[in-house]
Amino acid sequence: MDWWLIVEWLIKAVVLVLVLLTGFAYLTLFERRVLAFMQVRIGPNRAGPQGLLQPVADAVKLIFKEELIPDKVERLIFILAPIITVVPAVVIAAVVPWGPPVPFPVFGRTITLQMADISVGILYITAIASIAVYGIVLAGWASNNKYAMLGGLRSSAQMISYELALTLAFGTAALMAGSLRVIDIVEAQKGVWFALVQPATAIIFLVATLAEVNRAPFDMPEAEQELTAGYHTEYSGMKFALFFMAEYIKMIAISAIAATLFFGGYREFSFLQNTWFSVDQNWWLGPIYLFLKVVVLLFFMVWVRATLPRIRYDRLMAFGWKVMLPLALIEVMITGLFVVLGLPWYVNTLLALIPFLGAVYLVDRALTKKETFGRLSHGSK
Amino acid sequence: MTFELVLFFILAAIAVATAVGMVLSKNSVYAALYLVTNFISVAIFYLLLDAPFISLAQVTVYAGAIMVLFLFVIMLLGAEKIAPELNWRDMAIPLVLAAALMVEAGLLFVQRFSQPFTASADGAAFADPMSMSVTLFVDYLLPIQVTGVLLLVAMVGAIVLSKPEKKGQA
Repeated sequence: MDWWLIVEWLIKAVVLVLVLLTGFAYLTLFERRVLAFMQVRIGPNRAGPQGLLQPVADAVKLIFKEELIPDKVERLIFILAPIITVVPAVVIAAVVPWGPPVPFPVFGRTITLQMADISVGILYITAIASIAVYGIVLAGWASNNKYAMLGGLRSSAQMISYELALTLAFGTAALMAGSLRVIDIVEAQKGVWFALVQPATAIIFLVATLAEVNRAPFDMPEAEQELTAGYHTEYSGMKFALFFMAEYIKMIAISAIAATLFFGGYREFSFLQNTWFSVDQNWWLGPIYLFLKVVVLLFFMVWVRATLPRIRYDRLMAFGWKVMLPLALIEVMITGLFVVLGLPWYVNTLLALIPFLGAVYLVDRALTKKETFGRLSHGSK
Repeated sequence: MTFELVLFFILAAIAVATAVGMVLSKNSVYAALYLVTNFISVAIFYLLLDAPFISLAQVTVYAGAIMVLFLFVIMLLGAEKIAPELNWRDMAIPLVLAAALMVEAGLLFVQRFSQPFTASADGAAFADPMSMSVTLFVDYLLPIQVTGVLLLVAMVGAIVLSKPEKKGQA
């Protein structure tokens, strides 16, 4: 067995976990500051310069909080649930490449800037994403609390529904690249980003991602007015912090995946290809590009949260099943056609936008006519 | 003993233990969780056999989709505490069948171990997504299509069954 390989993996894993955890801490600050900026407030700025030490203060506060375990909970699952939630959030980022392969001068070996370069990387992401539901469902059930239970059930229903559109969006990216390996998908976007070839799928992906990580306007599981705090009602102290952590780490991971699949990953803009700014000439630019893209996507998520109100639950499910899923299916078909016929990419862009605009029009019409939407949402009159 | 063999036996122990736990568990939520663990350990078996595609498909479909739905239904119905009473008379035939299966598996196991292990000639290439899709969509196109139609029919049936009856038509 190659021991250097194990050392390499160990270093990469530690770096990845550290980046994600630090990212989580500073994402909370980033979100609060950006929200404050959008709401014409100042936001946390007391601890350290510009509030930069706020995450440390928050962590210390959470660690010293009393941890309650209510009497009638299912103890084992109650304690396991936060852990089951955090683990998929962390491991899902393992297949995201941070940069091109680097020739490492000391041991004369090439190092890939990626935890695991597996031939079915896309499938790995869908597998982990589909397992991520368990923690939330089990937390809701183990709490032995009606509101927590409803929150858990809602979230599982929501995640299952939006997973379909999400997986189809993954499929579209894989189709365009002709590979399930993540690094091949990035390299296939050397010329044109997939977000330009398939703008509709990129938008479907971003919307489904918001639902997958339970972010506003899809933060149904924790709709305060209806469910107090949803699945984590009974959690306090570090266990609550773990749920919190999982949500934010998932945001980072899924932004990195979105950047990788649709926005060129670690690659530069195509017009910079033969210049000094290309990752082919300076490999260390790769992680920087990826970081910038992730920050932009995270800003987008916070922006959406600051702008849109929460969607009603039945409408959310109707939207997932009756708009997102058929639209994603049509886009897969169009992309398949485009790949088989070998059309130039802008034809695909135009073709992809037709059903998308049609869907936007139909939803808009349904929303303006109340009776129609009543029929669109299952069961109500 | 090689590293893989050790891994195999640990995994096998986990798979058998979770399967037994699933059957004996009094609480259906725990039973479902045992089954999830079982599915995941089987997925790792596939990984050991150089078949990452099937392994991850197993996790996505069984552990990720089907078992979440199971859990969902158990929790929605509040059925977790309803433990069926064990009636040994009803269990007679299943027990005999299970015993037969175990004996058969044991015989195969012994027979397999008496021969040297032979890895398939094209090893990893056999299970990579590209050659697998060629096998599925070129060599076995018709069975795949038929399966697809069957699944579609089942789906349409499920949707029709779950449709609320219109008033006045009952």
